[in-house]
Amino acid sequence: MTGLTRPQIAWRIAQDIPDGAYVNLGIGAPELVANFLPEDREIVIHSENGILGMGPTPPEGEEDFDLINAGKKPVTLLPGGAYFHHTDSFAMIRGGHIDFCVLGAFQVAQNGDLANWATLDNSRPPGVGGAMDLAVGADRVLVMTDHCTRDGAPKLLDRCTYPLTGLGVVTRVYTDLAVIDIENDRFVVREVAAGIDRDALQAATGAELHFAEDCRAIETAPAAGT
Amino acid sequence: MINKQVHDFDSALAGLADGATIMVSGFGAAGAPHDLLEAALDRGIRDLTIISNNAGEGDRGLVRLMTERRIRKVVCSFPNSSNAEIVKELYSAGKLELEIVPQGTLSERIRAAGAGIGGFYTRTSVGTPLAEGKESRILDGEEYVFEKPLRADFAFVKGRLADRWGNLTYNKSARNFGPSMAMAGDITVAQVDEVVEIGDIDPEQVITPGIFVDRVIAVR
Repeated sequence: MTGLTRPQIAWRIAQDIPDGAYVNLGIGAPELVANFLPEDREIVIHSENGILGMGPTPPEGEEDFDLINAGKKPVTLLPGGAYFHHTDSFAMIRGGHIDFCVLGAFQVAQNGDLANWATLDNSRPPGVGGAMDLAVGADRVLVMTDHCTRDGAPKLLDRCTYPLTGLGVVTRVYTDLAVIDIENDRFVVREVAAGIDRDALQAATGAELHFAEDCRAIETAPAAGT
Repeated sequence: MINKQVHDFDSALAGLADGATIMVSGFGAAGAPHDLLEAALDRGIRDLTIISNNAGEGDRGLVRLMTERRIRKVVCSFPNSSNAEIVKELYSAGKLELEIVPQGTLSERIRAAGAGIGGFYTRTSVGTPLAEGKESRILDGEEYVFEKPLRADFAFVKGRLADRWGNLTYNKSARNFGPSMAMAGDITVAQVDEVVEIGDIDPEQVITPGIFVDRVIAVR
C-alpha cells in the first residue's frame, strides 16, 4: 500500500493549525510540520527547551549551538520570539497554554491512549523527555505516524500494549493512509489517502474503524512530497 | 564585601566529596557546564548521583565522567543521545542506575526544592509506569500524582555573564535548567563566559539573582 509521504502528512497537519495558534512539535517527523505552515497565518512554535517563536534551520555556517530545538538541532528565533527557562516552559505546557502539539507514536488506542516513549525491550534505556507533560497539557494532541510499523504491524489498536505516555489524550491521528479522529472511544475516519480502499485500511488497523459520512480523500499540496 | 568569584577549580569545587548529588544544567550540550564536570573528574570524585535532563552528549562533561565510571546514578528525562553510546552500554551492563522523570516534572521538582515547596500534584504521568508507587489524588474530578522536591549537594550551572554578587545572565536556549537548578543546590557554582563589574549587568537582564549563587568562575 502506498500512501502519503512524510512531507505530505506534515503538509496535511499544517493545514489544520489555525492563525494565532501556539504549537509544540515533537522530535523527529513532527518537526516537518513547521515547513508547511501556511504563510498567511501567524503561528507561534514553542520548543520545550525554552523558546517561543522558533524559526527555521539557519544557513550552514551560521549555527549557534546555544539556540537549538528539542531534537538538539540548531534553529533560529523569529521577530517577536522569546527565551525562558525550563520550568516556565513546562508551565506553558501543563498549564494549558499550548493549543496544539504534534507527537509521534508507537501505538495509539481507540480511547485516545498514547504510547510513544518506551517499548517492551528493556535492553535500551527508556527516555520520556517532555512527552508526558505535552500529552496531558496541550489542548489538542495530534499524532503523526505511519499507519503500521516497518514489520507491518498495526499501530492503531483496541488497546496499547506498550507502556503509556498519557490516558485518553489523543484527539486526531494523521497517518500515511488516513486522517482519523478519536471520538467517544472510537476511531472515526475522516479522510483516506488516494488509492487506499476501506477494506485495506481496516485490515491495516488493530481496531474497528468507523467511516464518517462525509469521509473523503486526503488533500495534498502539489509541491509536497517531491 | 561580597565576592563570589573564584579563580581556580579547587576553590570552585571546595567541599565536593565522593557520593555527592550534583545537579547539572543543560539541554544536550547547550548550557552544560562541561568544565566544572571535568574539574570534578580531574579531582578523582566518584560515586556521583547526577540530576540532569540528559545523561551526556558528545564527548565532554558527563560523558567523560560516565566513561571513567564515576557516576552511580542519573536522574533524568531523556538519557539517550545520538552521539553518546556510553549510557546505553553501562545501562545494558547493569552498571548505571537510571531514574526517568518526565521533563516538566523534573524541572518543577527542582524548582520546588529551591522554593521551599514540599512537593506538588501534577497530571503528568497519571496512568503510566512513571506514576507507579506514587500517591495520587483526585482534584476537581481529575487525577493527579504527587511529586517530591529534588535537591542536590551541588548545582553546576552555566551562564553567559556574572558579577561578583553572583547575578547571572544566560545565552538563548542555553538558559534551560540553569535558573531552577541554581535555586536547588546547597552550593551553586556557576561557570560563566565572563565576570563583569557590579552594575555592568542591566538589572532588567538578570535572570538568576545572585542570592541563589555561591561561587562563580570564568571559563573561556
